[in-house]
Amino acid sequence: MQSIQPRRRKSISYAKYGYLFILPFFVVYCFFMLYPLINTFVLSFYGNGRANADVNVGFQNFQYLLAGGSRPAKAIHEEFVNALKNTVILWFGNFIPQICLSLLLAVWFTDSKLKIKGQGFFKVVMYMPNIITATSVCALFLSIFGNTKYGAVNSFLLHNNMISEAINFVTGVGSSRVIVMFIQTWMWFGNTMILLMSGIMGINPSLFEAASIDGANSGQIFFRITLPVLRPIFIYVLITSMIGGLQMFDIPYLFHEDPNTIRPSLETVAVFIYKSFHATDPNYGYSAAASVILFIITSILGSVTFAMNSSTQDKKKNKIDRKAAKARKQLGGF
Amino acid sequence: MASTTLNAHKSAAQLNADYHKKLKIQSTVIFVICIILAVICLVPIYILIVNATRTSTDITSNGISLIPGLALGDNLNKLTTQAEYKVSFNAFYGFRNSLIIAIGASALSVFFSGMTAYGLTVYDFKGRNAAFTFILAIMMVPVQVTSTGFLEFMVRIKLYDNYIPLIVPAIAAPAVVFFMKQYMESSFPLSIVEAARIDGCGEFRTFLQIGIPMLKPAFAVQAIFAFVTNWNNYYTPSMILLSNKIEQRTMPMMVAAILHNDKLSDYGVRYAVIAISIIPVVVVYLILSKYIIAGVALGGVKE
Repeated sequence: MQSIQPRRRKSISYAKYGYLFILPFFVVYCFFMLYPLINTFVLSFYGNGRANADVNVGFQNFQYLLAGGSRPAKAIHEEFVNALKNTVILWFGNFIPQICLSLLLAVWFTDSKLKIKGQGFFKVVMYMPNIITATSVCALFLSIFGNTKYGAVNSFLLHNNMISEAINFVTGVGSSRVIVMFIQTWMWFGNTMILLMSGIMGINPSLFEAASIDGANSGQIFFRITLPVLRPIFIYVLITSMIGGLQMFDIPYLFHEDPNTIRPSLETVAVFIYKSFHATDPNYGYSAAASVILFIITSILGSVTFAMNSSTQDKKKNKIDRKAAKARKQLGGF
Repeated sequence: MASTTLNAHKSAAQLNADYHKKLKIQSTVIFVICIILAVICLVPIYILIVNATRTSTDITSNGISLIPGLALGDNLNKLTTQAEYKVSFNAFYGFRNSLIIAIGASALSVFFSGMTAYGLTVYDFKGRNAAFTFILAIMMVPVQVTSTGFLEFMVRIKLYDNYIPLIVPAIAAPAVVFFMKQYMESSFPLSIVEAARIDGCGEFRTFLQIGIPMLKPAFAVQAIFAFVTNWNNYYTPSMILLSNKIEQRTMPMMVAAILHNDKLSDYGVRYAVIAISIIPVVVVYLILSKYIIAGVALGGVKE
């Protein structure tokens, strides 16, 4: 532009406004998030408790968490490994039923042949658990599944002589996990369903029409058209759910009846981190090291899913291209 | 010959009827399943409301009931007058604090995210793409990863027990910026900015008087979501408000405090507390549900 009209120096550059508009975001980000992130990495190399907060311990925190060792290290190692295990168990136990249920509902609701009545109502009701404060949801389920005979379910079962002794829903390892998984599914399936529905509605309807004219049944349409086209939305749901799963905190942290005793069967990595830095004498070293490990896991999972998505898509595309070329050749032969 | 075609015709009609019958059965079965799921979604909340109106003895001796009791007034009265409840729960403080944080954070988040997205869309400058890629990348970092460094930093600069670390960071909300930018690209013609310039409108004024009104739908959706997220947040407030003073507690912190106070064994009061914290949210949700559900659906078109 300048070479064409060298004398029009007056054409104002608006670039500086661009910087000005995005400046607040980056200033606040650096102060409240980027520096804390760096600080977390730094803290992971320092000691635990106020007395040792300034002692540089090198990789000792990581070594304790991941490998264990003598007495104090062994306890913290076992706790951390248990937290990792719980996170994985609770995530799978809520993600799999959640995705199956939401996918099924999304396919049914968008099927133009079925014409399910009351869709608006169902959507509103099924999304509702997601909007309610997780703390209150936890308190509610804790009161319903109370351990003693005073819990609503226990007292109902006892009252009708269906059981002779109160069931320990909260302290039992399996039952507490199943309840937490149920709560998570209950809270999130509506959200995932709406996401998947908007994905399915974005698919070109002529694809479904063509398939049904060619005589495909609903199973074939689902596996050959809906699922492959939904792939990007699927990846999005998978990644957000995975990151959300690694952050699972409120419900596992609060789901216990006695004060200050988090259930070992429910302690997730997020709970472990919170517990470490929220102690009266904060163990910043352990919580920071655990955070760094969490960060690495998140990065690996995120990039693996992305890579998987793009490579299979490329392969698929090549395959489709080849098939199309073949078909064209055959048609040309006629 | 004629009869065979007639037969064929008949069987086609038959097939068609069968097909429709099958569809009808299928959709009825699905409808019933949906009803069951809807009941599962509603029953815990219904039990909550019913139990908030029953006495503790009624709840503990009879368990679940579908008929409301008459003790709602008693339960609320106990909650507001008995000393052991007053030390851990105060509905006025809870609502006030949660409102301050949720309104402050959502207003800042929406305004500054809109501004960032506007800057990234309207202006062409060096490093624009890098800035946007950066925003995309940091969307993936979980909160827990930064929280240790965040808390240690806030303790060091004495900002714990303070609402600033709960409200101000909302200015940097990468996901909201991303959403707004997507929205702007699809429904914000840049020529309108040119027109405003020709008319002698300043850049910032253009954003305030033309940009924001045109982005209203995106602002509304994101404001609702930011509000709900901050209202429901338990993790950050309980992390920053270290002293856990009752005047500072947010609503979720009040609920947690009641939940884990083993001296408080009155189930009626407990359900009343949970109901107080849930019902306003449910009512607001039912009023705004149309926008909220549309917003969730829009979020999915991201990729």
